[in-house]
Amino acid sequence: MKKLINDPATVLADSLVGVAAAHPELRVDHENRIVYRGTPTRAGKVAIVSGGGSGHEPLHGGFVGLGMLDAAISGEVFTSPTPDQVEAATKGADGGAGVLHIVKNYTGDVMNFEMAAELSEGVNVETVVTNDDVAVEDSTWTAGRRGVGVTVLLEKIVGAAAEEGLDLQAVAALARRVNDSGRSMGMALTSCTVPAAGKPTFEIPDDMMEMGVGIHGEPGRHRVPMAAASSVAEQLVAPILADLDFTGGPNIVMLNGMGGTPLIELYLMFGEVKKLLDAAGVEVARTLVGNYITSLDMAGCSVTILKADDEILKFWDAPVNTPGLRWGI
Amino acid sequence: MVDVSIPQLVDWLSRFRDLVTENRAYLTELDSAIGDADHGSNMARGMGAVMDKLGAATPATADELFKTVGMTLVSSVGGASGPLYGTFFLRFGTTAGAVSQLDAAALSAALHAGLGGVLARGKAEAGDKTMFDAMNPAIEALDAAIAGGADVAAATSAAAQAAAAGRDATEPLVARKGRASYLGDRSAGHLDPGATSTAYLFTALAAATA
Repeated sequence: MKKLINDPATVLADSLVGVAAAHPELRVDHENRIVYRGTPTRAGKVAIVSGGGSGHEPLHGGFVGLGMLDAAISGEVFTSPTPDQVEAATKGADGGAGVLHIVKNYTGDVMNFEMAAELSEGVNVETVVTNDDVAVEDSTWTAGRRGVGVTVLLEKIVGAAAEEGLDLQAVAALARRVNDSGRSMGMALTSCTVPAAGKPTFEIPDDMMEMGVGIHGEPGRHRVPMAAASSVAEQLVAPILADLDFTGGPNIVMLNGMGGTPLIELYLMFGEVKKLLDAAGVEVARTLVGNYITSLDMAGCSVTILKADDEILKFWDAPVNTPGLRWGI
Repeated sequence: MVDVSIPQLVDWLSRFRDLVTENRAYLTELDSAIGDADHGSNMARGMGAVMDKLGAATPATADELFKTVGMTLVSSVGGASGPLYGTFFLRFGTTAGAVSQLDAAALSAALHAGLGGVLARGKAEAGDKTMFDAMNPAIEALDAAIAGGADVAAATSAAAQAAAAGRDATEPLVARKGRASYLGDRSAGHLDPGATSTAYLFTALAAATA
């Protein structure tokens, strides 16, 4: 598998060197693999901190900046960062008003952030765990639904809320409300290839696709024959609409690329999704199309729908200035 | 009754390092079937870092020794294993206290505290196909042996056998925790990698206290 790397063992470190070089407005702690804003958290502002395994760029480091995250911690590819890294980011980002941890629901991430919160004595920490993936059955017999696309929308919305001066409890409550109001479903045309592994995570024939795939190439609901985009859109949208009622109010809809699918196809897919949502009476108030929570070089996409209201739309529209998301500036 | 000394506890950790290192590929192979294929390399890296740190300076008391072990694992392993094994050793050390040797009762109390830490962190129950399924029967066997008048060597030997039996019993189970739980029924038919490394932990303990 061909990759633009020097050494599989140094992919993350080398990539962070590039982030620092490309974004002098950010500060990179190379030892702890943390991306901070260039200026310390304003006194009295709640700090928004997220992180996880790398390989999902621009999530999370690409969302550090005005109106979104204050710090993002990177673990190795698809591996949670460790508690000492998260502790350093928590203490480093705290502006005295406390820190919100945004954690995607994976066993390792949840445990490492939980330990970090315990280690961060003297800092008020609240945690929201995102779990929006309808592909996983949510039962007491599994680790629960995985955190996927809603994480992107949530980081934007609570980032704006913190910027406006909401306190830690209010920011955490908003974060939980956003997570509860969003659902996602993804699919893959090809596997991703983890640099250290050097070979595809899973094998999939040319005429098949994986519905409900996770952002680490985890198996989905089922493997089905390749189909036209209109049919793929239907298979993604139907389980989301079956899980939560999105009618009767505005929604934010994201058509996200997994990293290996060109924008021309992502827009084509969004067109198909929009037709289905119109037919189902789901109002699309805001949209986001592009690669925002990826799975290395996997080809495929995911759909995220978030029930919004005036407050959520206000925070969505607020100015944001990060490498991965920028408007209103 | 013979007590367990600090050098024996360090030997326990050293033997555990050796076992996870020798079986690194095997643990990773088990993990690739139902997880994310990194358990062997993560545990080998973590225990390697632990022994490097202890080689530089070995604390004189059990609390300091296992605090070093726990924090090193937490900062070098990642994934779920780092917090789980890290919490196990941190709680083990806190309960063992500032002592230079442990008798059978103190060893049992420290192991129970470690198990409690694993439960608090992982929220697993018996039969969830996790490291708990090897650790819990091991400690039960140790307690039963001690209650029956066995010495430390016989008790840790019983614990090692029970851990191995617990590990073997995870094979038919359907995982209910961790990444393997996403596979549902497809997780049955494979040994749990965490229970397998935990069986090594008790094999190492038995060997170090024999």
